[in-house]
Amino acid sequence: MLSPGSGNTVIKSKLISRRMFLITAAKAVVMVGLVGRLISLQINQATKYKSLSDKNRFREWKLAPERGAIKDYFNTEIASNEPLYQVHLVPENAKDLDNLFVRLKAILNISDKKVSFLKRVIKKQKPWEPVIVSENLKWSDFSRINLFLHELEGVEPIVSVARTYPDNSSAHILGYVSQISEKDLQTKEYLQDLAVPGMAIGKTGLERKLDEQIIGKRGYQRYEVNAYGKRIREIKIDEGQAGKEFKTTLDYEVQKFTSELLKDKAAAVCVMDIYNGDIVSLVSSPTFEPNQFVHGLEKKYWNSLIKNEKKPLANKALSGLYPPGSTIKTLVALSALENKIIRPLDTFRCKGKIELFGEKFHCWEKDGHGIVNLRKGIQRSCDVYFYEVARKLGVDRLSETAKRFGLGKKVLTDFIEERSGVVPNTKWKKKFIGQNWYLGETLHSGIGQGYFQSTPLQLCLMTAQIANGGFEIKPRIIFEGKNDDLRDYLKFKNENPNQPLPTDLLISNFNLKPLFKNQEHINLIKDAMFSSSNEPGGTSYRHRFENPKFTFAGKTGSSQVKRFTEEQREAEVKQESLPYKDRDHALFVAFAPYKEPQYAISVLVEHGGSGGKTAAPIAKRVIKKVLERHELRRNVNNLEGEPV
Amino acid sequence: MLQQRSIQSSYTFRDKILSIDYVLAISILVLGIISMFAMYSTDGGEFKYHTNSHILRFFVFFGMFFVISFIQIRFWHGSSYLIYSGIFLLLLAVKYFGLTSSGSKRWLDLYFMVLQPSELMKIGLILFLAKYYHRISIENINSFKHLILPITVLIGPIILVATQPDLGTAILIAAGGIVVAWLAGVRAKFFIYSGISMIALLPIAISFLKPYQKSRILTFLNPERDPLGAGYQIIQSKIAIGSGGLFGKGFLNGSQSYLDYLPEKHTDFIFTLFSEEFGFFGSLFILLLYALIIYRIIRIGNITRSNFGKLYCYSFATAFFIYVVVNMMMVLGLLPIVGSPLPIMSYGGSSMLAIMFGLGIAMSCKIYKDVPVN
Repeated sequence: MLSPGSGNTVIKSKLISRRMFLITAAKAVVMVGLVGRLISLQINQATKYKSLSDKNRFREWKLAPERGAIKDYFNTEIASNEPLYQVHLVPENAKDLDNLFVRLKAILNISDKKVSFLKRVIKKQKPWEPVIVSENLKWSDFSRINLFLHELEGVEPIVSVARTYPDNSSAHILGYVSQISEKDLQTKEYLQDLAVPGMAIGKTGLERKLDEQIIGKRGYQRYEVNAYGKRIREIKIDEGQAGKEFKTTLDYEVQKFTSELLKDKAAAVCVMDIYNGDIVSLVSSPTFEPNQFVHGLEKKYWNSLIKNEKKPLANKALSGLYPPGSTIKTLVALSALENKIIRPLDTFRCKGKIELFGEKFHCWEKDGHGIVNLRKGIQRSCDVYFYEVARKLGVDRLSETAKRFGLGKKVLTDFIEERSGVVPNTKWKKKFIGQNWYLGETLHSGIGQGYFQSTPLQLCLMTAQIANGGFEIKPRIIFEGKNDDLRDYLKFKNENPNQPLPTDLLISNFNLKPLFKNQEHINLIKDAMFSSSNEPGGTSYRHRFENPKFTFAGKTGSSQVKRFTEEQREAEVKQESLPYKDRDHALFVAFAPYKEPQYAISVLVEHGGSGGKTAAPIAKRVIKKVLERHELRRNVNNLEGEPV
Repeated sequence: MLQQRSIQSSYTFRDKILSIDYVLAISILVLGIISMFAMYSTDGGEFKYHTNSHILRFFVFFGMFFVISFIQIRFWHGSSYLIYSGIFLLLLAVKYFGLTSSGSKRWLDLYFMVLQPSELMKIGLILFLAKYYHRISIENINSFKHLILPITVLIGPIILVATQPDLGTAILIAAGGIVVAWLAGVRAKFFIYSGISMIALLPIAISFLKPYQKSRILTFLNPERDPLGAGYQIIQSKIAIGSGGLFGKGFLNGSQSYLDYLPEKHTDFIFTLFSEEFGFFGSLFILLLYALIIYRIIRIGNITRSNFGKLYCYSFATAFFIYVVVNMMMVLGLLPIVGSPLPIMSYGGSSMLAIMFGLGIAMSCKIYKDVPVN
C-alpha cells in the first residue's frame, strides 16, 4: 500500500508476465508435440497397433481334422475313424483337487503313479489349462464318468476321433499313423500350416502317400482371452474339413484270407488285375498291429517288433529285395526269342552241370534233364538250358527285356518304403562295382541269381504283363474310375478275329504299349508256364487245379541266400536241414485262369526252401479265393458304371 | 481508489456468483463427467466401487471448489505458510504413521479417507512460494539471502516424498516450486547452475535409486527390453492407444482395458483407456479441454491485480500443464513410467482434492481479482 511498493509491484508484475509468456510459448510447443504423437500412434500406425491388439485379444486353439477313410474295392472301410473318449480336467473349475482325484480313481481305475504325475503337471501349468486324465477310455468307463459328472466339478468328458483299423491284414500297405514328430514338421511342407498338437499323421504306406490329401483342413476355435490367458468367451469356431476319402483297388476279403494264410511266415503276396493293373491284394507277413501306433506305442510292443528276425515292420512286397531266381527264366526265354537267339524247338542237353573256364555251373537236377527245348526248359526249370540261352543272349539284351517288363524300377509312386531293385548289365557293373562283366555272371543272371534283385510286386507286374499278352500296364492301388483300355482292345480283337490291329495302331487307338516284337513269343512263354504247372514233370505240377475255372500257369523259383558248396551238393543236403537263415527264399509267380487270364500273383516265402513246395500251395489257395470273387468284383465295377 | 476497492472486498453473494469464470467451471464439470464415463468403463460397464466413489468424490470436491473460491483471496494469501506447514507436518506424519502399499509409504489413514499428503504438497508449495515472492522486493529476489528459504521449503518435502519412495510426485512437486521461482524473476543463470550441478550429482542419485526405479528408466529407453516385465505397461498402453485409431473402438469396447492388458487403468492409464475407446478425436477433445482449463487459469492470472494472484495462477496453470503433459507423455511412451495421475480424470481422492483445492484458489483470484492481498 506504500507508493514505492506500488511501483515495485508494477515492475514485478511485468517481469512475471514476460516470463509467463516464455512458458506459455513452450506449452504450446509441447501441446503440438502431444498431438503429433497422437497422430503418429492413432493415425499413422493404427493398423499396426490394431493387429497387435487383436493378437492380444484373440487366441486360437487348433482343432485336428478328421482323417479321410480308406476303403477297399467293395467300399468296406479298411482305415476308418472311431470316437475317442477322453477325460480332461480343468483345475481352476475344481473345488477340491485331492477329493476329486479320490473320486476319479474310484471311477476310472487310475493308478497312484498317474495321479501324482497329474498333480505335478497341474502345478506346472496355468489353472485354466486342461490336463488329460485319461487318453483313451472304454465306452463303459466314459458313460460312468458322464453319470457322475454332476459331482465331479472341473472334469470335462471329451469326444474326439482317432484312426482305427478293423484288423492288421492290410497293415503294411495301409501303413500307420502316429504323432507328428519334430522331423516331420521340418521336412513336410504341407504340415506347416496344418500341424495341431497331438495330431496323428501317416508315417508309412498309403497313409503316408495320401497324407496331404487325406488329412483334411484343420479347424480352430477362436477365443477372446484376457491378459492372463484365461478364455473369456468363444468368438468363432471352425470345425475344419474332414480329409478326402480314398477308395483302393484292394479286396479286404482277400487281404484277410491271405494274411491268415501267411501267418507265422516271413512272406509276401501280391495279386494284380492283369488288364488294368489294379492291385487286388498286397500282404506282407508277419504283420503288426497298426492301432497300437495311434495312441503312442508301448515300448514293450515296439521292442518285440524290432527284435523279431522276421521283420514285421517291413513291407516285404514293396521293399523286400530278393533275387528273382527261376521266375526270371520266362523273361530270359522271351528275350532270346525276341532277339532271335534261339528258336522254340532248339535243344540243349542237360547233364546236370556245365563247365565254363573251369568253373562248374550246376543244374538243380543233379542227374540232368537230358534233351531240353524251351518248353521243357521252363516246365522243369532246367538251369543248364538257361545257362546256354543266357550265354548266347548276353546280359545286356536280357537286362533290356527285364527292364521293359518292369524289373529294376519302382512299380508304384510315392511309397517311401518301395525299392527299385537291380537289373544288372555290363554298364551297371562298371558303374556301381567298377569291374568288367564276366561271362560266368551272365550265366548266373540267366537263372535269376547273382546281382539280380527284385521285389515281389515287380515279379507280379512282370507276370501280369506276360499274362495279358505282353502289354504294358500301370499298376495302381487307388481306384480312380475305369481303366479298361486293354479289355476294350481284347474285346475288339475277339469280335474281329481276322483283322487284328497292327502294333503301331495299338497305341493310338487303345492307348496300349506292346512290350513284344512278336506276340507269338509271349504265347509260347504262357504255354510253357502252363506246362510247368499242369503237366507231369512241371515244377508245380503237384499244386495244380483240374477245374479249368481255376487253372493257373506259373513259374517256380528259389533264390539262393547262401551259395551251395560242392560238399553240400555231393551230400545232397536238403533245404529243410539247413539253418533257417541259410535256406533259399521260395518264389512263385502265376496267372489265372489259364484260358482267360484275369489275375497275376506273386508269392514269396523268406527262407521257404523251394518255390514249388512252399510258395505254390499258397498261390493256389489265394488264386482260388480271388477267382471266386471275380464275378463279384466285375459286378461292383458295373455299379461304378464301367462297361464289362 | 484503493479505499474503494478495499470496501468492495466485501462482495455480496450475488457478486461472487456473477464473477465466477463459468467457462472454467463448466470445462471442469465436463471433464469430470467424461472421467465418470471412463471410470464406468474401467469397471467393465458397471457401477462398481471405483465408479461410485469417483462420482461421489468429484461432486464433493467440485462443491468444495466453489466454497474455496468464495473465500477471500486475502485469506488464502494470509494462510499460505500455515497451509504449507500443515501439509509438511502431514508428510512427516506419513513417515511415521503412514500406510505402506507395494513397497512405498505414501498414505495416511484419516478413517473417513486415505490421504496422500504429497499430492497436497504440490499446491502447498506453490502457495508458499507465491506468497514469499509476492512479499520480497524485486531487488532482493536474486540475493543469496533470499534464496535460502525457497530452497529449503522446496528441498524439504522433496526429500520426504522421494524417500517414501515416490520419485514421480517428488519431481512434480519440485517442478511446481521451480516454476514459481522462475516466474518471480530468479535469474536464469541460477537455474542453469543448479541444472548443471544436478546432472553432476546424477550418478550419486542413481546409486540411491531403488532397483525398480532404475529398471523403469532403462525400460523407458527400450521398452522391448523386457516385454513381459517392466516394458509391458508402455507396450500395452501404446497398443491400446494406437489401436483406437481415428474414432476409437467405442464406449465399453476397449478390449485392451477390459481384458486386463492395461495396467493401472483407473489411475495413471485412464487416458489410455479413453483414447482406446474414443480414438484420436476423443483424445484431441480431452487435450483441448485441458488446454482450455489451463488457458482460463492463465487468463485469471492476467486480469488479477495482485502479484500473489498472478504468481499463483501462472504457476498453478503451469504445474497443472506439467501434470497433464507428464501423464500423457508417459502413457504415449514418451517418458518413463513415473506414476503421476491425470488431473481430474484419474481415480484418486488426494489428487482430486489437491487439484480442486488449487482450482478453487485460482477461482478465488478471479472473484477477488481487484482486491489487493495485503
